[in-house]
Amino acid sequence: MWQWFHKLGSPRWFYQISGRVLPWLALASVVLIVSGAVWGLGFAPEDARQGNSFRIIYIHVPASFLALAGYYVMAVAGAVGMIWKMKLADMVMVAAAPLGAALTFIALFTGAVWGKPTWGTYWIWDARITSMLVLLFLYIGIIALSRSFSTRETSARACAILALVGTVNIPIIYKSVDWWYTLHQPATIKLTGAPSMHPDMFKPLLVMILGFYCFYALVLLLNTRTEILQRESRTTWVKQLAQSK
Amino acid sequence: MMTLSGAFFGVIRRDLSIALRHRGDLLNPLFFFLIVVTLVPLGISPEPARLAAMAPGMIWISALLATLLALDNLFRADFTDGSLVQLMLSPQPLWLLVLAKIIAHWLVTGLPVVLFSPLLGLMLSLPEAGFLPLLLGLILGTAVFSLLGAVGAALTVALHKGSVLLSLLVMPLYVPVLIFGTSAVQRAVDGVSYGGVMAMLAAASAFTLLVAPFAAAGALKVGING
Repeated sequence: MWQWFHKLGSPRWFYQISGRVLPWLALASVVLIVSGAVWGLGFAPEDARQGNSFRIIYIHVPASFLALAGYYVMAVAGAVGMIWKMKLADMVMVAAAPLGAALTFIALFTGAVWGKPTWGTYWIWDARITSMLVLLFLYIGIIALSRSFSTRETSARACAILALVGTVNIPIIYKSVDWWYTLHQPATIKLTGAPSMHPDMFKPLLVMILGFYCFYALVLLLNTRTEILQRESRTTWVKQLAQSK
Repeated sequence: MMTLSGAFFGVIRRDLSIALRHRGDLLNPLFFFLIVVTLVPLGISPEPARLAAMAPGMIWISALLATLLALDNLFRADFTDGSLVQLMLSPQPLWLLVLAKIIAHWLVTGLPVVLFSPLLGLMLSLPEAGFLPLLLGLILGTAVFSLLGAVGAALTVALHKGSVLLSLLVMPLYVPVLIFGTSAVQRAVDGVSYGGVMAMLAAASAFTLLVAPFAAAGALKVGING
């Protein structure tokens, strides 16, 4: 029963399997993102209060979802790598960090662009925005740490420890920032979330979220495969692979 | 063979006597703390009302930076002279010895900052009600700074330019402590009860005390190899 688990630890096996999944993932993410974007940007009804500017939600919300989920992907991969000494999990973790940081940045950037027409300002110290910013700092810390070690194995172990400490901290940071915000809440700006969305607006968003998940998986796989090739560059199977192409 | 408590107190005693023989290292974070707080009225406004409004946050932020400054030396000196590796080779559990080092480090860097803070509160015209929560909060808060910082210090101990990286790694983790700490002082100044916030701070430090020594010991094993 555990055979698949041990097989998963083999970078070579993973490289071959993921190669077969890649085209399907690529197809799914292109179809979902293109159709979701066309649907959301072109055909979804205009928002009564925000007009067309609300349409940035179709990028903003999926990116924010994955920015947070990406941290957990990274931390779980780091934990698996530490507990079972699985090389592959280390590689996934290293591959997930820049991807998560990029998504967090996209979420912050689209939020700022959206904030200008809606609230009249690019930046406010709102609880959700502030915790996203702290999340970006956590990602940046991990990327900086991963680049400063000379061997990849040590760097992965170090990042795993930092990611785990960060994971324990994330709920505490979120709660404390939330609580901090209710203390200092400026009265003029009210954030309204998605739950009251009209179904016609919500369906394309769902498609976009699915598309982003596929895209995330695709890029994570590609990053991991690059990491595998770099780390295993001295093994015979990688050399054969390089010669055959 | 040494007993557990013998090793634990031995490490504390050794680190304290080393610190006492390098008085400069002991005083530098304090002067840093003092200078940063002096810059505030110069940079913003010497008006007592405005200073009082900013005092809790400014004191907390400068205390955070002062402990951060001292953090880099938690393991580094021992790493360069080789005694850290000897500690790791000793039969006692590493997390216990790491905890001893953290406690000694807190006694010579965190505690002086805490004891110094009322003076700075006075200089920034912090209202009288704020002094007790400032002291209590800083005792708990600097303990968390040292404990969490030890993980970062352990990870970066073998790196050449570790100190900037260290601040980058641990500062985001300090966010909750800063929020709870400053709001405890703020609530006391506003005349609201601050017991709940202080309890959160105490819970945070108890939790960090439980987890951080293990994480720091694990990080040390990784950091030394790098």
